[in-house]
Amino acid sequence: MGMVRYIANKFFYMLVSLFVLISATFFLMKAIPGDPFTSEKKIPPEIKARLYEQYGLDKPLYHQYFKYLGEIAQGDLGVSMKRLNQDVTHLIGQTFSASLKLGLIAILVSVIVGVFLGMMAALYHRKFIDSAAMVLAVLGIAVPSFVVASLLQYVFAYKFHMFPVSGFKGPMYYVLPVTALSAQPIAFIARLTRSSMLEVLHADYIKTAKAKGLSWAAILSRHVLRNGILPVVTYMGPMTANIVTGSVVIEQIFGVGGIGKQFVEAIGVRDYTVIMGITIFYGVLLMVARFITDIAYVFIDPRIKLSGGKEG
Amino acid sequence: MKKSKSLLLMIAIVLVIGTVLAGCGGNKNNANSGTNAAATTAPEGSTNTGTTGDEKLAADQTLRVNLTAEPPTFNPAQAQDSQANTVLKTMYEGLTRMNDETGQAEPGIAEKWDISADGLVYTFHLRDAQWSNGDPVEAADFVRAWKIVLDPNTDPTAPYAYQLYYLKNGEEYYTKKVADFNEVGVKAVDAKTLEVTLKAPTPYFLGLLSFYTYYPVHKSVEGNAKWATSKDTMITNGAFTLTEWTTGQSLQVSKNDKYWDAANIKLAKIDFSLVNSGATELLSYKNGELDRAGAPHGEIPQEQVPIVQKELPNEFQRKGIASTYYYEFNITEKPFNNVKIRKALAMTVNRQSLIDNVAQGGQLPAFGYVPPGIAGADGEYRTAVKDDYFKEDTEEAKKLLAEGLAEEGLTALPPVELSYNTSEGHKKIALAVADMWKQALGITVNTVNQEWAVFIDNRQNLNYQIARAGWTADYNDPMTFLDMWVTGGGNNDTGYANPEYDKLIQEAKTSSDLAKRQELFAKAEKMIIQDDMILIPFYYYTNNSLTKEYLKGVTLDFSGAIDFTRAYLLEH
Repeated sequence: MGMVRYIANKFFYMLVSLFVLISATFFLMKAIPGDPFTSEKKIPPEIKARLYEQYGLDKPLYHQYFKYLGEIAQGDLGVSMKRLNQDVTHLIGQTFSASLKLGLIAILVSVIVGVFLGMMAALYHRKFIDSAAMVLAVLGIAVPSFVVASLLQYVFAYKFHMFPVSGFKGPMYYVLPVTALSAQPIAFIARLTRSSMLEVLHADYIKTAKAKGLSWAAILSRHVLRNGILPVVTYMGPMTANIVTGSVVIEQIFGVGGIGKQFVEAIGVRDYTVIMGITIFYGVLLMVARFITDIAYVFIDPRIKLSGGKEG
Repeated sequence: MKKSKSLLLMIAIVLVIGTVLAGCGGNKNNANSGTNAAATTAPEGSTNTGTTGDEKLAADQTLRVNLTAEPPTFNPAQAQDSQANTVLKTMYEGLTRMNDETGQAEPGIAEKWDISADGLVYTFHLRDAQWSNGDPVEAADFVRAWKIVLDPNTDPTAPYAYQLYYLKNGEEYYTKKVADFNEVGVKAVDAKTLEVTLKAPTPYFLGLLSFYTYYPVHKSVEGNAKWATSKDTMITNGAFTLTEWTTGQSLQVSKNDKYWDAANIKLAKIDFSLVNSGATELLSYKNGELDRAGAPHGEIPQEQVPIVQKELPNEFQRKGIASTYYYEFNITEKPFNNVKIRKALAMTVNRQSLIDNVAQGGQLPAFGYVPPGIAGADGEYRTAVKDDYFKEDTEEAKKLLAEGLAEEGLTALPPVELSYNTSEGHKKIALAVADMWKQALGITVNTVNQEWAVFIDNRQNLNYQIARAGWTADYNDPMTFLDMWVTGGGNNDTGYANPEYDKLIQEAKTSSDLAKRQELFAKAEKMIIQDDMILIPFYYYTNNSLTKEYLKGVTLDFSGAIDFTRAYLLEH
């Protein structure tokens, strides 16, 4: 019962946030000068007028807004204004699948490598492994991803010909972008894991477990890791949304036809329907990711009570 | 102390391992490519000695190039950019084809044509060409395509509809002054004969017919507004057909065996990647993943141009592209309503220094507006009409500025605002020019960087003082550069209004005498540059590109547009 109410509550807030997001984006987007038919070579006025008419841009703003809301309510994201006649859903689908593929692999790599590094650092606290892992972590956080990406590309693709420079055609093409994309999350996760595990390792219940004569492996897997990984789970929600929505920089450098690149291009040419479509898509994705994180939390951390005031 | 020591040790180990690994990788690869090269050159050398031709085609005729942007559409009626042009040119053929070497229109789908004495009626005789599904290409396919372009009810309406205003009643049909399409100047006399009637004599009309807005479309497009959004519904009549399309990622066209000149098409496929990064494109090219890099389809980073020019001299190519880079004035407002002040600024830009040190693309200094490469009465316009409208002269400029200020009742020029659209290249030029003006004339210039659409919006609404601009040719005639400056012209963002100028252009538009036209153009150009200086020409653009030595047959037209259809790859 508590669960149902909890979910219903969250869902309601999600709808409200989405509505605010759509409205704000819509009006901000219209407030920037220029429109999809702005070009250096001006279109004759009679043709421009006809285009405005066909896309409903000649109507007052509130009219356009309500019309758009009506279409959204029916699940229709419309057609692109620049990529003529192409469905926005099709554009999102095609470009998102590339970002998703890349993103999921990057998340998997980040979590495995990050947790492993953090664990090793905590277990060998103040030893060589600890320092090594933390140097890596500092580098990973400090060096911007476009530097990492360009460096990887130059060294491993151009100098040593181990991987292709750009493209997205098969496993070999994934290695460099995935590495570049996961560098930062790995560093972050490693540090999170390390500090929270150190805390747990010194907790009383670990001592109790040791005193009870539990094997070290059992203590590690059942108590240390489970508790130590909690902050990582919190971080996972936004990170997932962040990574799968596509990194514009990484996509550009490695020539991955992802949704991030698409979004930036759409803004540049004022492709109104695509801007709105991707914004809504991003919004939903982010909210769902947070929602799942919240639910996951309940299962991992028994201290969180559904009726409690923990609101996202 | 101990900790920092172990840290140092660790870094050292990482570095050593890295270098060793790197060394291994490098050696192994160098060795491989070394043997490969030896293996391929040896047999080639031996076959060459025996045969006459030293060109041996590669077994895999797949050309790989990059497009910096995905063509927004594959519908010729909707296209309006150069990327679409690059791809559509491989997929369609119009009545004529441009021969990029001679700059002349050659027979395409039309085998031959007759032109009436007054230059108004063209009768085209179509060859036996086929669509990619085997249907014959007929006169009706052209009528259909042009009707779609000119029909204001086409959804969405064709942004380039005005490219067909050359036809009699074309504009009238679009603006609904003429309701019956039969009154528009295009008629299918029979399946293989097309009669086109023009509004006014147009010496460059045959060239226009090779442009995508004039391509025919297959009858299957009727009633299917979305035909150009899927490769499966695109029936084309050109050398290639679209065979793969992943949005944002890649395109592929494959040879169309039904194309009438298929015997002369050697490429089997063209793979287009869609990477919007010059650095990545250059690296891919150097790495052997692309066969051609740079303009017009791709990009070489500006600062890399002088480097690759030295590094890869045999692959580097530079070509003028009939475009002009300039700054324009808002001449409706003080202080640039004063022609002497405008002239003073134009005379104090050191163009060669700007090109050598800032633009770095081997551009040509411009003292006129119409670029080289544009056809004149006999040969190139720029060869016949020299662009010696003014000179760089600081002393003269100082004098003019002082006179101009006096005329305006000013003692010194207030700070000037120079706007440009966001781009590293434009920024460097703006800063350099601002500095030149400061040095020579002591003017304070504030450079303002604006996002593209904002910039265009401001410029078109005369909401600026000095703004960056560039103009590329729409067709091969000086008219494409000069008719924009008429009073109230859609692209006249300077506020220039000169009835005398309008008269010259109007006269040129109705004349079919080539020598007379050239004379009128020369007068008009002198008027906007030498007399009124409504803009400051900086340079005529060039395109820089890299082509692997084994890639042959790629041609570029006067405007730098590229034609891949007759390209081929040699064994390498």
